[in-house]
Amino acid sequence: MSWLLALPILIPFLTAICAFFLRRTGWCRWASVIGSGVLLAVSLLLFATVLREGVVAAQMGGWPAPFGITLVADGLSAVMVVITAITALAVAVYASAEISERQVFLGYHALFQVLIAGVCGAFLTGDLFNLYVWFEVMLIASFGLLVLGGKKSQIDAGIRYVMMNLVSTVFFLTGVGFLYGMTGTLNMADLSLAVQQLENQSLLTVVAVMFMVAFGVKAALFPLFFWLPAAYHTPSFSVSAVFAGLLTKVGVYALMRAFTLIFVEDVAYTHQILLWVACLTMLTGVLGAAAQSDFRKILSFHIVSQIGYMILGLALYTPLALAGSVFYLVHHIIVKGNLFLISGVARRITGSTELSKMGGLYKSAPVLAFLFLIPAFSLAGFPPLSGFWAKFILIKAALEIEMWWAAGVALFVGLLTIYSMTKIWAQAFWEPHPEEIEPSLKSLSNFAQVALLLPIAGLALLTVVIGLNPEPFMDFATSAAGQLLDPSDYVQAVLGVTQGGTR
Amino acid sequence: MAAGHDEAKGNGFVGWLPVLLSAGIFAFFLQFLPQIAAGDTLRVEWAWAPSLGVALSFLVDGLSLTFALLISGIGTFVLLYSNSYLAGHPQYGRFALYLFSFMLSMLGLVLSDNLIGLFVFWELTTLTSYLLIGFDNESPKARRSALQALLLTGAGGLAMLAGLILLGAVGGSFEISQLVPQAEAIKGSGLYVPILILILAGTFTKSAQVPFHFWLPNAMAAPTPVSAFLHSATMVKAGVYLMARLHPVLSGTELWFWTLTIFGAVTAVFTSVLSLRQDDLKQALAYSTLMALGTLTMLLAPSSGYAITAFATFLVVHSLYKAALFLVVGCVDHGTGTRDADLLGGLARFMPFTAFTAALAGLSMAGLPPFIGYIGKELIYANTITAGDAATFVTVMALAANALMFAVAGVVALRPFWGKRGDTPLEPHEAPWPMLAGPMVLALLGLAFGLMPLLAEVNFTTPTVAAILGDAEKAKHLHLWAGVNTELMLSLATFAIGGLLLALYRPVRRFLEAADAATPSFDNGWDNILDALYRAAKWQTGILQSGNLQRYLFTIFATFVVAVGGTLLLKDAVNLGVALDDMNSPRHWPELVLIVAAALVTASSRSRMLAVAALGVQGIAVALIFISFGAPDVAITQLLVETLVVVLVAVAMLSLPFLDERGKNDRRPKDMVLAVLCGVVVSAVLIGVLQGPLDLRLTDFFETTAAPEAFGRNIVNVILVDFRAIDTFGEIAVIVVAALSAYALLRTTDSSRDRDEEEEELS
Repeated sequence: MSWLLALPILIPFLTAICAFFLRRTGWCRWASVIGSGVLLAVSLLLFATVLREGVVAAQMGGWPAPFGITLVADGLSAVMVVITAITALAVAVYASAEISERQVFLGYHALFQVLIAGVCGAFLTGDLFNLYVWFEVMLIASFGLLVLGGKKSQIDAGIRYVMMNLVSTVFFLTGVGFLYGMTGTLNMADLSLAVQQLENQSLLTVVAVMFMVAFGVKAALFPLFFWLPAAYHTPSFSVSAVFAGLLTKVGVYALMRAFTLIFVEDVAYTHQILLWVACLTMLTGVLGAAAQSDFRKILSFHIVSQIGYMILGLALYTPLALAGSVFYLVHHIIVKGNLFLISGVARRITGSTELSKMGGLYKSAPVLAFLFLIPAFSLAGFPPLSGFWAKFILIKAALEIEMWWAAGVALFVGLLTIYSMTKIWAQAFWEPHPEEIEPSLKSLSNFAQVALLLPIAGLALLTVVIGLNPEPFMDFATSAAGQLLDPSDYVQAVLGVTQGGTR
Repeated sequence: MAAGHDEAKGNGFVGWLPVLLSAGIFAFFLQFLPQIAAGDTLRVEWAWAPSLGVALSFLVDGLSLTFALLISGIGTFVLLYSNSYLAGHPQYGRFALYLFSFMLSMLGLVLSDNLIGLFVFWELTTLTSYLLIGFDNESPKARRSALQALLLTGAGGLAMLAGLILLGAVGGSFEISQLVPQAEAIKGSGLYVPILILILAGTFTKSAQVPFHFWLPNAMAAPTPVSAFLHSATMVKAGVYLMARLHPVLSGTELWFWTLTIFGAVTAVFTSVLSLRQDDLKQALAYSTLMALGTLTMLLAPSSGYAITAFATFLVVHSLYKAALFLVVGCVDHGTGTRDADLLGGLARFMPFTAFTAALAGLSMAGLPPFIGYIGKELIYANTITAGDAATFVTVMALAANALMFAVAGVVALRPFWGKRGDTPLEPHEAPWPMLAGPMVLALLGLAFGLMPLLAEVNFTTPTVAAILGDAEKAKHLHLWAGVNTELMLSLATFAIGGLLLALYRPVRRFLEAADAATPSFDNGWDNILDALYRAAKWQTGILQSGNLQRYLFTIFATFVVAVGGTLLLKDAVNLGVALDDMNSPRHWPELVLIVAAALVTASSRSRMLAVAALGVQGIAVALIFISFGAPDVAITQLLVETLVVVLVAVAMLSLPFLDERGKNDRRPKDMVLAVLCGVVVSAVLIGVLQGPLDLRLTDFFETTAAPEAFGRNIVNVILVDFRAIDTFGEIAVIVVAALSAYALLRTTDSSRDRDEEEEELS
């Protein structure tokens, strides 16, 4: 058990080391692909274990919780690790055809794998300070990936990205310090018990808000999201795909974890704030997307908007709503990463991501058009794709507890999402190319065609499968949400004791 | 229309396959006809997402079977027609795929018993319609029209989704057949009004009721067979279908009655006036479709047998003649190269079969005996004169709309074929048989049902009425001659007014054109809405995503102060009074003075070098505090870090001297206030934290276990390498990656040559 929980962190680290030493050879990209494949296999094993046995935990170094560091996987953690591995594999394959030899030499694959390790670590750790460490690992690795291209715009974006995220890290660390001062523990399961014993519950609410701001920056919530649209359109497409899929989701995950496990003493206050923030995030994000005219910038702002949906589920704080959040997370990572990958292929064959300089893809690259249509309309919430169910569950959850305006915002934002996705479709695909070239996939080498399109097709297939057969995914999301709302299994798995008292 | 591709080549297998498939589907549904006509219904169900109450459940009853037969029957003819109309088109495969997918979605829509299942198919029709309207994708007009239809029906669809979810919540199920018994409870619920409004938002946009009507004429940018199929005979009737389907659940209230009556009647009259104004035959037909949709909506307002029988009849009537006429216009376009009413005339000589078909369909549209259109019109009047409070209003509106339709039928179906020969771009020639077969069969059916009304009554109208009203007995009979009665008088009046309008066609049209030009257009209003939306989005994004890093950081810190500080005040979380008493001890005053002074120097100095040095002083002062609390190892670490940072930054600045000078910065006072506030908020929380007892469980554990179990005497070291080794592992990774990134950064920035190469490689 112990190994199974540690492997999703260790495998990418080992892969990173291999990739670094192989970086002068052609084997480097295969190391990355194989490492990601192994990661996927292990994470599926972990997922199966969690499905079978419920929450599983491992005490690192053999020190009992809460004294050492615990790795723990419940439904949410396990599925996030699986989806991370899927994204890693897709991007690793794609990168084998995209990333230049030069960037490989400078350590692209090593940085990429360290990033994946950081993401897996964040999802699996049961310790608040350890979560901070993984945040740092992710931050530095993503900074490296951002500036790897060495273009001025990339370095500029990298600096903005790092500055804003460092501020969030400082807030986070301060919050951890405060929480430790109040409870004397860092283990999250232990914290969930310790905070109930605190005399000054209102001070706990203050610290909760502090975490909300810190994680809010990471998750790109309103009004803290600036770093995301400032950075995501600059790096290579592989990098922006993995960022788009995973980075903000770690913030969302942290919010979901903290605000179901630790900070539930004043839900009426904290989750009310989250509700407002969720709606504003949805709205400002999608309006930002509507104002853009660049393929990747539109997609970047959409991430912000969709984070709002996930937080909406957390804010509504009902079993259905949280299940909606989990469903949305999974759906979003699959679809959003894929759209960034597609934008890269489109850029290759049309020469730009600026919509006014693109065109003609529908006519001469119908396969790409078809592959775009699936995630694009899934993102826009069209049935029967995964995005429809994700949105449907959240709206149903909002209506069930009579949160009319939240449901209204979610629906309205859905409409604007359609609007901005069709903008890409109409300009890049339908409209003829301004220079009258006929962009075609045939201009790519055979290897590039396979390596670029295979991950895209695979991810598109996933959104279709979830869309056509939502029930098992919904079942799973419901049970994961159940574990979040009633963390007694989580606490018991970590501390080995049943949780005393009522929450 | 069909220019630019090789017609002779045809579409081969891809062309014929969908025709055969849809003919098979039609035959499949046809076999249910006797059973349904006998009063039976069929229902099948597959689980889909049971935990959400969503199933793939299909109900075959009079209403859905009538629709299913219209969809698959007309679909077969349209696909047959398209195969010739777009013969040799390079993208015919996609076209056939979209059209066939549309047909399946539409069938799913009308057969679904589950509201969410129905919605899924509903959205699929929207999506396929989007792709079909934009089929001529290089034309800006087609793209704009496609988007307009998508957004407008999409907006309605989303509102409807909320309505359907609420309806399911109130009624306890998403299955329509289970909602029907709950009808009274639903109508009595406090949510009835929002449910109705939200659902009607969906049906009215889909079925293009005024003021949402304008997308439909624009949708005529699609190839003509698409217009015939989606935007006349089937998809636009989805809204009407849903109102009929939910009639037993939602109708019978004042709100239902008056909303449907007023929207339906206004749509019918307003759009039939516009229809007469068009010079493009296809546009005229598009507006006359709107008239039909308005009439159908109006007929669903009451719950009387007359109204619903009229609804069922007119539904069939309209689908038959309208699909036929659209296809005829396509033939005319194909044969002459134009659809302009002013250029066409005397085509009967060249296109006799087309002319014959047009005449049959046109007579049915005009409502003349012995066509089914006549019966439909009689029933409409029979309904309107018995409509209670609304009788006068709806009768007048129906009369106006029908008379206008009579005139439009003349314009579309007669004028192009008779009279003086017009001046057409192409030498007129007859359409090939696959293009004629469909319209001719449909038009002949209109005649057959007129002559044998019992055929339509037994198979279609009575079962439909039974499905809507739940009682076949309420269905009225269809007959050509019902004696001399008010309906007959109204019919005669219709013909008289319609004939007059037709005779005065040119002056009437000129008048309408002038009136139309003088009134604001809905289409422009739409543009204004989109434009305003875009500008609002731009404005908002300009403010938020300004591109200024200082402003971003300011916002983030300000958010922190407002959120955390606000909560602190709101929750009254910290008793600061007690804390201030503690401050009396002068023990740390020297360090504090040093820290504050250094901070002030950092913030106010013009030289960055000085600022960095002052920051170092501040750090050293903090280290002094650590020492005084008996933590020398922490203090040493702090001292080392501070020294290193200052030295490194200083070295960097020596080689980059321009970094030193800080520009005149008027942001600084604002930033200073924010910084002080941040400090106050964090200090206040810290004071609060220190007021509570400190739990030393972890420290105790580390102290007792470090030596005996972890074999280390330096507790800090043991924590780092054993108790919390993973943290250290992660931090080592951070440092390695930082070094790697720095290396990469140094290597990339000094080799612009390689970068340019890469730039080329990418483009």
